[in-house]
Amino acid sequence: MNELPQQLANGLILGAMYGLIAVGYTMVYGIVQLINFAHGEIFMIGGFGALTIHLWFPDAPLLALIPLMIVFAVICSVAVGAAAERFAYRPLRGAPRLAPLITAIGLSLVLQQAIWKWYPDATKDQPFPQFEGDPLSFLGADIKVNSLFILIAAPICMIALGYFVNKTRAGRGMQATAQDPDTAKLMGVNTDRIIVMAFAIGAAFAAIAAVGYGLHQGQVGYLMGLIMGLKAFTAAVLGGIGNIYGAMLGGIVLGLAEALATGYMADVPGMDLFGGGAWKDVWAFVLLIVVLLVRPQGLLGERVADRA
Amino acid sequence: MTALLEVEDLKVAYGKIEAVKGISFSVEAGQVVTLIGTNGAGKTTTLRTLSGLLKPLSGSITFDGKPLRKYRADQIVALGLAHSPEGRHIFPRMTIEDNLRLGAYLRDDKEDILKDIQAAYDLFPILGERRKQAAGTLSGGEQQMLAMGRAMMCRPKLLMLDEPSMGLSPIMMQKIMETIVELKSRGTTILLVEQNAQAALSLADQGHVMEVGNIVLSGTGQDLLHDESVRKAYLGED
Repeated sequence: MNELPQQLANGLILGAMYGLIAVGYTMVYGIVQLINFAHGEIFMIGGFGALTIHLWFPDAPLLALIPLMIVFAVICSVAVGAAAERFAYRPLRGAPRLAPLITAIGLSLVLQQAIWKWYPDATKDQPFPQFEGDPLSFLGADIKVNSLFILIAAPICMIALGYFVNKTRAGRGMQATAQDPDTAKLMGVNTDRIIVMAFAIGAAFAAIAAVGYGLHQGQVGYLMGLIMGLKAFTAAVLGGIGNIYGAMLGGIVLGLAEALATGYMADVPGMDLFGGGAWKDVWAFVLLIVVLLVRPQGLLGERVADRA
Repeated sequence: MTALLEVEDLKVAYGKIEAVKGISFSVEAGQVVTLIGTNGAGKTTTLRTLSGLLKPLSGSITFDGKPLRKYRADQIVALGLAHSPEGRHIFPRMTIEDNLRLGAYLRDDKEDILKDIQAAYDLFPILGERRKQAAGTLSGGEQQMLAMGRAMMCRPKLLMLDEPSMGLSPIMMQKIMETIVELKSRGTTILLVEQNAQAALSLADQGHVMEVGNIVLSGTGQDLLHDESVRKAYLGED
């Protein structure tokens, strides 16, 4: 049996999700040098935002409901992300690095517990609406219709982001703020607004990834942001933190590595104990360690010395 | 006629340490005014406060009739006060052209922006030759040219230059000073901070000598250039 195409497809689906979430880590880090450890929970909030729309209109056809689910997921995630910036992180700007980091971890727990306590039945994983339909065959791989969403959404999001960053005024202001915030102000850039914008874009991408996750996994849960957030953060570091294309590349490399390790590690002589899904997280982090040893700045990262 | 920039009893502190201890001076439209003095005299602190990067402790700053303390740094640029910072601070990973474009961040007149970029290339031909090159690859003097050209891109009413000759070769320093004379002859109002007192005073209409946060001596550029104490302290004569 040739299962390679199937493993590659699985890896790509997973990787696209990691990559979309990783954009949020990398943009925020690139601009305020903060690891927003609550970003996984902002992703999770998006999942529940989308689910809420389905619960409000349980009889509506899913295809018609999807745009509304995306919009509401984005609204929920962006609101939480922007509020976190404004009320949790901005007051700590200029404080020692550890303070916002601990705040982020605290915020992450608060968001998890808030959903657990107040969202109806969220103590258990909640089923996410699913499309009906047979899997599509593509180059020897079977792809569930529910997994198509992320494969379509990820490239659209990345192209839109590339356009925004390189072709719009706010995008140039964002690059300037990332390179040298004080000088960006001297050019007339409202850096506070740029920072909120970075949080908002990251949150919106996480929300879209969450819709993809719900469709692909068939469920959402209050802990879904924990491991996905950690993996996406790994992807951002892998790709070179601060680089938006690196985030997507890191996500895809990580997804493919996990899928291939799951499928083939057991066939490697002497490694038969370490194959299968149970070890995929281990192989993801082994990959991270190897890349950081060989290329500390990540795949597409620039050396820190380039910062003037 | 009131001055373009009026600074009155300005005090600025880093925590409890007062770096600027109550200075007053003004800049009239069309003038070149220079602040000279040694390291730590408070010159850069003064400029960073004027452009809104630092908040003053007390005192008033009036620019073009508006109280600057009520404005954020990016709004102050919009009022027409440009600041070419100490150490140049060009955006190293952007091209020269993108650096100039950022100088015009708040402007909407696309065609005029292109004309102004061309004007910057006319003033500094080397920048035009390398327009697509990353700015970080330029030499120190070329980066200074870029920083000055970039500051001019917002069509400022007042151009503040912080240590434009710092770390440059004598030839490059000469070139930068000639450029300032050129900008002056075009009617640009300039507030110049320099450690190279000789060069700054010889082209300035007004000069102020700063020492540990105070202005200790003021006069026309020529007066200060010939002042006994200035010659001893800043021009290295016995």
